[in-house]
Amino acid sequence: MKPAPFDYLRAASLDDALDALRQYGPEARLIAGGQSLMPMLNMRLTKPAVLIDVMRITALKEPRLDNGSLVIPAGVRQAILLDRPGLARDLPLLAAALPWVGHIQTRARGTLCGSVAHADPSAEIPLCLVALQGEIHLRSRRKVRRVAAEDFFTGMMVTDRADDEMIEAIAYPLRREGAGTAFAEVGRRHGDYAIVACAGVVDGSRMRLAVGGVADRPTARDFPHLDGSALDDALNAFAWDLGAGDDLHGTARYRRDLVRSLGRRVLEQAAKVARGDTHQEAVPCHS
Amino acid sequence: MPQLDAKGRHTVAFTLNGRETTVEVETRTLLTDALRHGLGATGTHVGCEHGVCGACTVSIDGVPARACLTLAVGVEGCAVRTVEGLAPEPGRLGVLQAAFRRRHALQCGFCTAGILISLDAYLAFRPNPSRREITEVIGGHLCRCTGYAPIIEAALEAAAELRGDIPAPSSPEAAHA
Repeated sequence: MKPAPFDYLRAASLDDALDALRQYGPEARLIAGGQSLMPMLNMRLTKPAVLIDVMRITALKEPRLDNGSLVIPAGVRQAILLDRPGLARDLPLLAAALPWVGHIQTRARGTLCGSVAHADPSAEIPLCLVALQGEIHLRSRRKVRRVAAEDFFTGMMVTDRADDEMIEAIAYPLRREGAGTAFAEVGRRHGDYAIVACAGVVDGSRMRLAVGGVADRPTARDFPHLDGSALDDALNAFAWDLGAGDDLHGTARYRRDLVRSLGRRVLEQAAKVARGDTHQEAVPCHS
Repeated sequence: MPQLDAKGRHTVAFTLNGRETTVEVETRTLLTDALRHGLGATGTHVGCEHGVCGACTVSIDGVPARACLTLAVGVEGCAVRTVEGLAPEPGRLGVLQAAFRRRHALQCGFCTAGILISLDAYLAFRPNPSRREITEVIGGHLCRCTGYAPIIEAALEAAAELRGDIPAPSSPEAAHA
């Protein structure tokens, strides 16, 4: 339960971090808040030769509005974003989901980009990024590129990031006029990994449901506006297509049932928000 | 850019409970071990060592953090507060500690240091918390003795006393540990 030895580099600038990534590539891991990586290091599930600490890079601390998105750089802690004035207005889905990320004590340290880099299939921050069709801003000494969230998560804790690339920021599109969002999750205890988490987006043209905790990555599907048994059928097909498996937290059958029931509640709530019937994005659900 | 070698020992300078401190560590040394083994500050307990139980919670620059998920080299220049910093002087209890004692908010005490630090940090920026908020703070800690109810009562009582809404209890046990 102690990390294996590693060299430790404290990057003072983005250039420092990118130079180190170019030099060490697959031998290196970036560490920000450490709330996902430190347990992996402690349990020796990962043994990097070099750890590059990016939390002293002052240029990565400030979220900014840019071209209709909230751009959140690598150094922004979850608690800082949750306290951001106007978050519930600009990004109500993220404001509803963030309190489900770990606990106060882990949100105080953990970053949003770190959760995206870790790519746990049940994590809320990547789920919201997929639901809202956000982007990951990657930077290396070779190039700068932006990847759509749906293309970035490629498997269980596997992403499209190259060894010399850093997640410089993630970008969440802001709430659009006439659109509604909602979030719900079921876990054994608040702060545990989600057994199933659902994020819904409803606007004039479609209903979109993103599901975490079932497939090997957060997965979204768009539906036309449906209700009644047509919505049940569509959600049932989605639930089966996610390829749920059994584990000690729940059976595949239980997960499919949660996708059907929680998914429906989330889409109905998002539709209500879109119509202006409610401003409540968090779907009440017992956990 | 400072690069610390995996095999070497390195000096980390930070403030511990308001006092300038240095400790010699490896790069991989956890803050829990730096505090306990390096500095003899054994008030911070080690439970699960992967961030779940909350026993090792300390405050770093005013916010609660799992010391087991923090590298000692990462707190260079930071202000760290541990349970040893809560008492006003040796032999006396802080307000939170005294409330915990009055309300029987601990039994074996293993989880207590971490809970006290979480509450201390929380009450510093939210002096008038609701029961729900306190419950959420406590949600980041595992206690297998108390059932949590007396912990929440103690936290609310301490918050009221810190605000000056209720007078400090004058019972001897509040004054003498």
